[in-house]
Amino acid sequence: MSVSETAKVLTEGRTEVKNTTCYMCACRCGIRVHLRDGEVRYIQGNPDHPLNKGVICAKGSSGIMKQYSPARLTKPLKRKEGALRGDAQFEEISWEEAFSTLEERLANIRATDPKKFALFTGRDQMQALTGLFAKNFGTPNYAAHGGFCSVNMAAGMIYTIGGSFWEFGGPDLERSKLFVMIGTAEDHHSNPLKIELAKFKRNGGRFISINPVRTGYSAIADEWIPIKPGTDGALLLAITHEIIKTGLYDREFLVQYSNSAELVNLDPKSSEYGMFVRAEVPEEEGCFDPQNKLWWDRNSNKAVVCRTKGADPRLLGEFTLEDGTPVKPAFQLLKERVEQYTPEWAANITGIPTETIRRLAHEMGIVARDEKIELPIAWTDVWDNEHQSVTGNPVSFHAMRGLAAHSNGFQTIRALSILMSILGTIDRPGGFRHKAPFPRPIPPCPKTGKSWDDVQPNTPLNGMPLGWPADPDDLFVDENGGPIRIDKGFSWEHPLSVHGMMHNAITNACRQDPYGIDTLLIFMANMAWNSSMNTDEVRQMLNDKDDNGEYKIPFLVVADAFQSEMVAYADLVLPDTTYLERHDVMSMLDRPISEYDGPVDSVRIPVVPPTGECKPFQEVLIELGSRLKLPAFTREDGSRKFRDYPDFVTNFETAPGSGIGFLAGWRGKSGEKDMKGEPNPNQWKMYEENNCVYQYHLPKSYQYMRNWNQGYLQWAQAHSLTRYDEPINIHIYSEVLQKFRLAAQGKSQGKQPPQHLRKRIETHFDPLPFYSEPLESQLSDKHKYPLNAVTQRPMAMYHSWDSQNAWLRQIHTYNFLYVHPQTAKAAGIEDEGWMWVESMHGKVRCLCRYSEAVEPGTVWTWNAIGKASGAWNLDGSANESKQGFLLNHVISEELPANEAGEHISNSDPVTGQAGWYDVRVRIYPAGPDEEKVTFPQYDTMPAVPGTPKRRPWQNYFAGLFTRKGEF
Amino acid sequence: MTQLALVIDLNVCVGCHACVTSCKQWNTSGQAGPLFDDNPFTKDPTGTFFNRVQTFEIGEFPKTETLHFPKSCLHCEDAPCVPVCPTGASHKRSEDGIVLVDYDKCIGCKYCSWACPYGMREFDEYQKVMKKCTLCVDRIYDETLDERDRKPACVLACPTSARLFGDVHDPDSEASVAVRERGGYQLMPEWGTKPANHYLPRRKTQISIHEDELVRVDNPLKKEDIRHETSKDVSLDDWLM
Repeated sequence: MSVSETAKVLTEGRTEVKNTTCYMCACRCGIRVHLRDGEVRYIQGNPDHPLNKGVICAKGSSGIMKQYSPARLTKPLKRKEGALRGDAQFEEISWEEAFSTLEERLANIRATDPKKFALFTGRDQMQALTGLFAKNFGTPNYAAHGGFCSVNMAAGMIYTIGGSFWEFGGPDLERSKLFVMIGTAEDHHSNPLKIELAKFKRNGGRFISINPVRTGYSAIADEWIPIKPGTDGALLLAITHEIIKTGLYDREFLVQYSNSAELVNLDPKSSEYGMFVRAEVPEEEGCFDPQNKLWWDRNSNKAVVCRTKGADPRLLGEFTLEDGTPVKPAFQLLKERVEQYTPEWAANITGIPTETIRRLAHEMGIVARDEKIELPIAWTDVWDNEHQSVTGNPVSFHAMRGLAAHSNGFQTIRALSILMSILGTIDRPGGFRHKAPFPRPIPPCPKTGKSWDDVQPNTPLNGMPLGWPADPDDLFVDENGGPIRIDKGFSWEHPLSVHGMMHNAITNACRQDPYGIDTLLIFMANMAWNSSMNTDEVRQMLNDKDDNGEYKIPFLVVADAFQSEMVAYADLVLPDTTYLERHDVMSMLDRPISEYDGPVDSVRIPVVPPTGECKPFQEVLIELGSRLKLPAFTREDGSRKFRDYPDFVTNFETAPGSGIGFLAGWRGKSGEKDMKGEPNPNQWKMYEENNCVYQYHLPKSYQYMRNWNQGYLQWAQAHSLTRYDEPINIHIYSEVLQKFRLAAQGKSQGKQPPQHLRKRIETHFDPLPFYSEPLESQLSDKHKYPLNAVTQRPMAMYHSWDSQNAWLRQIHTYNFLYVHPQTAKAAGIEDEGWMWVESMHGKVRCLCRYSEAVEPGTVWTWNAIGKASGAWNLDGSANESKQGFLLNHVISEELPANEAGEHISNSDPVTGQAGWYDVRVRIYPAGPDEEKVTFPQYDTMPAVPGTPKRRPWQNYFAGLFTRKGEF
Repeated sequence: MTQLALVIDLNVCVGCHACVTSCKQWNTSGQAGPLFDDNPFTKDPTGTFFNRVQTFEIGEFPKTETLHFPKSCLHCEDAPCVPVCPTGASHKRSEDGIVLVDYDKCIGCKYCSWACPYGMREFDEYQKVMKKCTLCVDRIYDETLDERDRKPACVLACPTSARLFGDVHDPDSEASVAVRERGGYQLMPEWGTKPANHYLPRRKTQISIHEDELVRVDNPLKKEDIRHETSKDVSLDDWLM
């Protein structure tokens, strides 16, 4: 293009600006998309959006290159007759053929055996719709990616404090004085956290980062404390030990707002052993904690009903009830538990000096106690006590996958939640704060099906597709205690797998364990690459055939916007749109973008038309749901209920007349109602006119202490955020876990674990947090595999989907394995030399880079950069496949055979969280004669039909790029 | 005389590269564009970026610092790239101190990039002209934009507000105040180039704990003291009358 051409477009181009919501990662920032002659000219952070306040990240700023990427799928495709899965040999078909193929196949499955259809989605921010589809279909086999992402964080915190980090809560950095970030957490809530972190530092806050690696946010920490991966629990318990020992805990907070003072039955002969003693026979209808437990009152020196006015309970000591039952307050049990976890003990495990651990505890405790915040906000608690102010202890934390992606992560995160609680920081200024719809009861109310009775042909699933077990009877198991779901979620193997276990779905389906399925529909998940553990073998499994020559997973459908590694294995490819081409909702029924001061939801509205024949996945579900006559999508006469997805969002209600729909803003006939109200035909327009976002500001008196805030809880109940306005007391001691333990010990009625899992359940369902080495470490030869290997995600890349992006791949073109120089030299590996990293499961050849910013017992790499050759429509010679590598090849989705079974998931035994970061490796140099490329290598995936031309060079200039048809 | 510049706060820069790609997207479709990308989907992709972030490790484990260092044209007050330009393409504007390249005059001789001690120039291999940061000169004076938007794209994008933009000759500008009060410094001042852009150094917040802060009369453990049993030993109580 010539200078005169660009000058002409600059002066004469037709420009417009449209608001929508970003989707270059999962943050969901508000964006203003500037268009010139219909092409994207500039994507700006929306300054009027509460989430990102005008800023935008490297990914969001590169949305243009995603929109015009040569990896775009633009046509429905089916695998060519005779071609193998993985060959990526496709022919174009019409949408009608795609839909009728699916309709016929799925209608038959639904009428005969609905479990044979499985729907797993990479994105978990569309679960309200995908889950509704799965439930209405009647299959138990549905989940999003949380099981292999960060379910430990959600479960560990929600089962303790009724909320968790990221979408549902976070650190109040505006008022915090000390902020501690543990483990890699850069990729969740990234822009908001960056904004707040910078303000926090400018305000003189102290930032401590505990992480094996110093990258990302850790770079600007005031102090970096390197730690050995998987040992965070030991550190947190030792800090708790020191805080209790020195009396730095917030006694008042614990007494009133947690179960710390409640008395636990310690009569070993009682069937109630380890349970709280109740004042009366409990009538516990619903999913909340009735206030019928006991305290030991120091004034009267006897047991009284908890929270009796004027009573002052003991937190420590042991007592005997009138009937002779020995009891102890829960806090006494916590104190006894952490007595063994001394700083000296933890120093050996974590690699952090004893004095540092002790100092951390003192810093946290003293800041929490001596720098108290008092806000002049009057509020009333659920016990009718009026408070003149809201107080806060300004110590805050953030953590995500660094803690979560270990098989001991659930108990580690319980320990973190308890530490945050004993410091008195829950939903208080300067500490942790909830975001609507949280806090929710512990655990939240929804439950899955409970037996095969709940799975019937041509019938919606009886139960939610995912839920929150409160006791063993909530498990989704057969009469022998065996799993009902293909991923074995909600079974005795992983009872609290509240996000499902997508990472085991393919392996289990191929082994027909517990049974075979027919159709697997995967949306936006790269299971043939970096979304799978044991990637190399999973790729083979996708291609595995039985003795009759039929694929073990007979029909594989992939919906994606881009030519990922997974697309190569599809029998049917459904081309999705980009985020700039679709309607979307960040729904209160799902994972909204709420702020601390109230509920927020938002939408995407198309700013450019769909490319080729791309169709938003939501439209695919609405169409299929209508064709299959699923109740949620069909009128009583069997006719189609919703024209399209926008129509669905406008008119869908959770129950007839409930007034609750996918969007909480501008409800009611003319948009006059908040949160709840009749469908509003102009709702989309109102979002469009309001920056695509709806924000509700709670009154100040409802913004804190929401677990116990009468005003807030009544408001939340009235607006149907919660069913109850009962207090949500912190579970320092978890009766839920104790119920599973009692079952494992054979001491309770109801569902019982299979014999081979009893010990595992008894060990891991400990009502108090404990430290144990990650399972894989326990089963590894640590002399042979002396190092930990972990990954972190670069801030400029997210998941696998950015290597196609011409700008972002210039920032991260391939990845190294970062190794401490001493560790590398001891193994004879040179800086920038080729090396092998090997676990007991597999090995990878890669490039080494020396780094002083890594704990010497750990090696690490950037996730999401290495690619299979040809995938994402990169040339076969691209650096991503020749020098880049994927660590997943050395990580297994299953543990070595152990007493719990031969094929137990490599996951947290409580939640099924994938233990990505548990892998142990050894390293050695590659031989001088070896090929200088990463291993393994795969045949180059060809560009599939319909993908745009791959330009050998480009000059992007909005208004001329695609129109000119030249480079 | 006005001297526009960026003041970059290394104390909060997390190395996210938002400035890098927001610059690219604004400028490739702007007056300075297009910005060429070579091999965008094959081996060794490369292209024109006006702004890049480098990452350095400083010190030895465990006292390691990881420093993210955004770099773009520093708009030197005594810019060595200007006098070496044989055609006058490389010039420094008197009105605001921005150093610019006039593509129409540039012959691609690269003298300026050899002269620049900071390596901040980007040769466009397609147009065969030298390019570089313009401080988004096509934004900052555009009165059709909201006033808040009349800033370089990198400044608007930066999630940690690590990039301050303003007149470093105006002692009251936010940029000058930051330089003055927070130890702002120039890169390689010994070269005498007087870079207009400045960097703000890392600052550490420490908490010092005094031993007596661990001892408190209201220590909650005292509430839990379980009453001691009566002493069975003989005491003065038994004797004194």
